[in-house]
Amino acid sequence: MAAIDQPIPSAPARSRAWTDTLHEWVATVDHKKLGVMYIASALLFFVIAGFEASLMRYQLFFAENDAIVPETFNRLFTMHGTTMVFMVGMPMITGFGNFLLPLMIGARDMAYPRLNAWGFWMFFFGTCLFYFSFLGADGLYGAGTAPDVGWFAYTPLTAKTFSRGNATDYWILGILISGFGSLSGAINMLGTAISLRCKGRTLGKMPLFVWLMAVVSFLILLAMTPLAAAQVMLLFDRFLGAHFFDTQAGGDAVLWQHFFWFFGHPEVYILIIPGFAYASEIIPVFSRKVIFGYPIMVAATIAIGVLSVGVWAHHMFAVGMQRELNIYFAAITFMVGVPTGIKIFNWIGTMYGGKLIFKAPMLFCTAFVFQFLLAGLTGIMLAAVPFDWQLSDTYFVVAHFHYVLIGGLLFTVFGAFYYWFPKISGRMYNETLARWHFWLFLLGFQMTFTTMHIQGLLGMPRRIYTYPADRTWEIWNQITSVGVVFQGLGAVFFFAAIIWGLRKGEKAGPDPWDAWTLEWSTSSPPPAYNFAELPEVRSRRPLWDIKHPDDPDWKYE
Amino acid sequence: MSEAAVAHPPGTQDSGKRLDRGRSGMACLIFTESCFFGIFVVGYLFYIGKSLSGPYPSDVLDFPIIGTVALLSSSATIMLAIRYLRKGNVASFAIVFALTIALGILFIVMTALEWNRLIFENGLTIGTNLFGTTFYSLVGFHAAHVCVGVLLMSLILTLTFLGHVNEKHSYNVELVSWYWHFVDAVWIVVLTTVYIIGV
Repeated sequence: MAAIDQPIPSAPARSRAWTDTLHEWVATVDHKKLGVMYIASALLFFVIAGFEASLMRYQLFFAENDAIVPETFNRLFTMHGTTMVFMVGMPMITGFGNFLLPLMIGARDMAYPRLNAWGFWMFFFGTCLFYFSFLGADGLYGAGTAPDVGWFAYTPLTAKTFSRGNATDYWILGILISGFGSLSGAINMLGTAISLRCKGRTLGKMPLFVWLMAVVSFLILLAMTPLAAAQVMLLFDRFLGAHFFDTQAGGDAVLWQHFFWFFGHPEVYILIIPGFAYASEIIPVFSRKVIFGYPIMVAATIAIGVLSVGVWAHHMFAVGMQRELNIYFAAITFMVGVPTGIKIFNWIGTMYGGKLIFKAPMLFCTAFVFQFLLAGLTGIMLAAVPFDWQLSDTYFVVAHFHYVLIGGLLFTVFGAFYYWFPKISGRMYNETLARWHFWLFLLGFQMTFTTMHIQGLLGMPRRIYTYPADRTWEIWNQITSVGVVFQGLGAVFFFAAIIWGLRKGEKAGPDPWDAWTLEWSTSSPPPAYNFAELPEVRSRRPLWDIKHPDDPDWKYE
Repeated sequence: MSEAAVAHPPGTQDSGKRLDRGRSGMACLIFTESCFFGIFVVGYLFYIGKSLSGPYPSDVLDFPIIGTVALLSSSATIMLAIRYLRKGNVASFAIVFALTIALGILFIVMTALEWNRLIFENGLTIGTNLFGTTFYSLVGFHAAHVCVGVLLMSLILTLTFLGHVNEKHSYNVELVSWYWHFVDAVWIVVLTTVYIIGV
């Protein structure tokens, strides 16, 4: 295998009609283009959902503010939450997985390219349908009401009697349809990881990224169809007069919560494990050391995957389940923190003694390690049932999950953006702008979400559109809201760094980071067929083997 | 190029053989569909005995012996059909495959007859009570999956009659048979849940 794969020279590009380019993108089944489209969609909805959050923080700046009426506020937090989880998080991880997985295992495309394309367009249609609700949904208050039932849409609020009109149906159908995108992405990633690995790429020699995405895909397959099932049950209740969640007929509204959180808890691991995957690729390269403890990292991730399926009712401690169930779920939730903690030790172990290079990807991943640790600790605190009884449905919970999702996932996503941007676009981003992004965003994130814990401890409930002035909550809310400004500025610098890179960045070449996995052996961006010759590898770091023939990895693996 | 590319690591010789993508994809699909059915089964089990009124299972359910025998034997016939196809015996394949489809259609017809009786004679609909809700959704989704399987198999049979199918395609037909066996296995679970445990 050539050290740097020589692409087959192509015919010189003629100037093409824009319709040709449009057709190429719309009709593509190429995993790289679909990956870019998933990521671009995720970014678009990230901006929209961020705007929704900013409106909420604006409303909450003053006690007894009336800038936004409560009905609108309910729609904002519903749309913000649902968008961020299903229309930013899921496509982001599907996009990066799509782009990178075949390249990392030495394949030419994903296992099911047409399924891939179908999945993307289903996702996109689902999200457009969901946002169409702002224009077309027919809620209690007339046309133009988006769903307002919270991102987890508890029954009996979502029953036909209490959610009249079809705003809730937009919530159901938007997620149901875009869920096909996630499912097809998962089948693709798992099928590709199983079937299309190049010679030498045994399961024990897959990059950690591939292992983690395989676990994520398994969790998606396990968790998303139960959500679809529960949503279909809700549709039956709403339209066919079924009684799944109808207490009047002897049904149980709490059943929805069980079904939803059976999906919902694995979902949060589905969201964060790709973040772990990005960190596990970035931290070694910028510490100039191999990842510490590869086998235990794989085992820990599988353990997280398995345990995460059994903890769902820790979202339901305040609902009044039996004591034995509360104890069981608390115990398993404590346990699921252990493999995650192991991973944090391993990342630190990777950095320890390494030659640390703090370029933008590493800045974000280092912050991730510390922030995710704190976030995980607040999670463990919430796993203690009496503690949860005090803090359930307060801003403490909101702070916890934003800390894991932003401080954990988003930071690694930003790191991944900067790390793989040269590969995807062929150019380097602007490092100075990226640093401004990092520090502004870090400052804003800490201002907003660290203080948010305090509001929660002081008893501020979540999902309220305003609060009394005599609760001492106002100052904390104001700090929280100001932090959003800094995060917004950080995001502006992010887009600036990327756009500057696209226009004026220097050409990146195939391997700007001196990294070791197979994607860095292709040109940047990779040719449509990925590899002129399918590679044959001997270790987890094939490029290390080539660059260091006297000290190849396979002697030690 | 270097010695690293030529020398082999001790012990681990990767033959490069992988599970083919058709089988891994179908296995993933079957897994995720099982999770989908699992929720409806859990719902059914949870609501056993909780209907406040209306027709109860023991009043109205008859063990669906004909449909069950049809569906289970269709699994055997599809296996036989694929064996014929692998040997290149397309004519026998077509006959036995058509028999499989007929058995699948028989199952659907028996379900339809049962539902007709339940709705019009016993007054059981999806909105009647918890039994109706959970029964129609679980059995209905299963029947829908049977319909999809029958559709897929009919497509293959049509292509066979048009002369496009030979022993090379036994792999593709085998993947469809995996789906069909899955549908059968789900029926065994549904049968146990609805007609044995729930009655």
